[in-house]
Amino acid sequence: MVGTNLPEGTRDPAQASYDEIVPAGEPWIHEIVKGQYFRILDLEGNQAVDTLFYNAGDYADRYSAQDTIRAQANIYLTTGTKLMSSKGNVLLTIVADTCGRHDTLGGACATESNMVRYAIEKRYMHACRQSFVKAIAGWGRGLEKRDITHNINFFMNVPVTPQGTLTFEDGVSAPGKYVEMHAEMDVLAVISNCPQLNNPCNAYNPTPIRVLIWDPIHRTT
Amino acid sequence: MSPILFEDLVPSAATWSHVLKRGTALRITDTEGDANVGALFYNWENPTERYNMPDTLKAQHIARLTRGNVLYSDMGRILCSIIEDSAGWHDPLSGCSNEALVKSKYGEARYQEHRNDCYRNAYDSFVIELAKYGLGARDMVAPVNFFSKVVVDESGAMQFVPGHSTSGGFVELRADMNVLVILNTCQHPLDPNPTYDPRPVTLSVRRVAPPAADDVCRVSRPENGRGFALTERYFL
Repeated sequence: MVGTNLPEGTRDPAQASYDEIVPAGEPWIHEIVKGQYFRILDLEGNQAVDTLFYNAGDYADRYSAQDTIRAQANIYLTTGTKLMSSKGNVLLTIVADTCGRHDTLGGACATESNMVRYAIEKRYMHACRQSFVKAIAGWGRGLEKRDITHNINFFMNVPVTPQGTLTFEDGVSAPGKYVEMHAEMDVLAVISNCPQLNNPCNAYNPTPIRVLIWDPIHRTT
Repeated sequence: MSPILFEDLVPSAATWSHVLKRGTALRITDTEGDANVGALFYNWENPTERYNMPDTLKAQHIARLTRGNVLYSDMGRILCSIIEDSAGWHDPLSGCSNEALVKSKYGEARYQEHRNDCYRNAYDSFVIELAKYGLGARDMVAPVNFFSKVVVDESGAMQFVPGHSTSGGFVELRADMNVLVILNTCQHPLDPNPTYDPRPVTLSVRRVAPPAADDVCRVSRPENGRGFALTERYFL
């Protein structure tokens, strides 16, 4: 599947209505309006981008990893994948993907899961769920820890075998790879640009990403 | 084996919940074969701590559940451990049916015409039961589907394996914390059977010993050794 389905987007970054760099270890939260295009670009390669989406009109209706993989009967996300909500809505569709596959089973790192996975003294290392909590606490509007659910890991490689094993492998991404989505409804996007240093998900070197948004009507200069 | 404290027969497409106390175990038995049991787990003392599918999979490097595996919360603790299992594979990946899925697969059967044989779906069943504990749609997380097997091939494609669970098959979950268990017997969302045909299960609860140093779940992975240590600290 990797490398077989890699249409590139045609949108010009110079015409994006929003264009920001998110450093490693930082959260990012932003609304994306129906019809807008949303691109996440892996600037330096092999950077896991932990991402959550919510229906902007009903935060209880949020991205569902299980509904998304079941709807397409495939665990990997790529061009054509409809990102499904817990209440059965299509939040966004992946319309371009130069990486080829993305994970949604590996979840987000947490100080607590780091203790289990690596060593109890890893508790004090920065982790994605710290960033998620910071992002939603700053956003307010009633969002709480219980609203943080199972996320997408863009650019992350978590293969599963027919025998039922699951591993975190070296990333399949590279500098400049990107994924682009079309918003099918108004959504709230929350990103943790992953700070994990204990496994190869960031090639042991977390790096910045670039996020871009284009308005639905292509603007000419 | 210690005596059974109580037993429940859960009919097809029905919902059950109970605060399973630390030091007891819940045995689920597939009475007729081809059962599916969707299940969610919460720390009863603080339900914002709940079963976490990704943490469970990545801590144990698994995409299926069986004896020796544990169910992790999002807080690095072990809610339940699978101490007995005759099925060999339970599905943590596929989620639950909802109203649209049941309607598109099986059609409609309302209470008005069908009384208690009306069609039910797992999502609504979970949300209704969650509400009884002050929880709701915001607290829905990825459920486990006991007795169902979904394999993933090299391309990532998911395939439901029919006929996986046989009559009399069982799985036993030891509660390692005080755990709110919510389960229902709706059909698996990827079950290719075109007929609405959910199956009943039998539940029994008994007391069990705390996990020993050589407990099958504790020693199955070094991660689980740390998971049990952190869980035991919680009760100190």
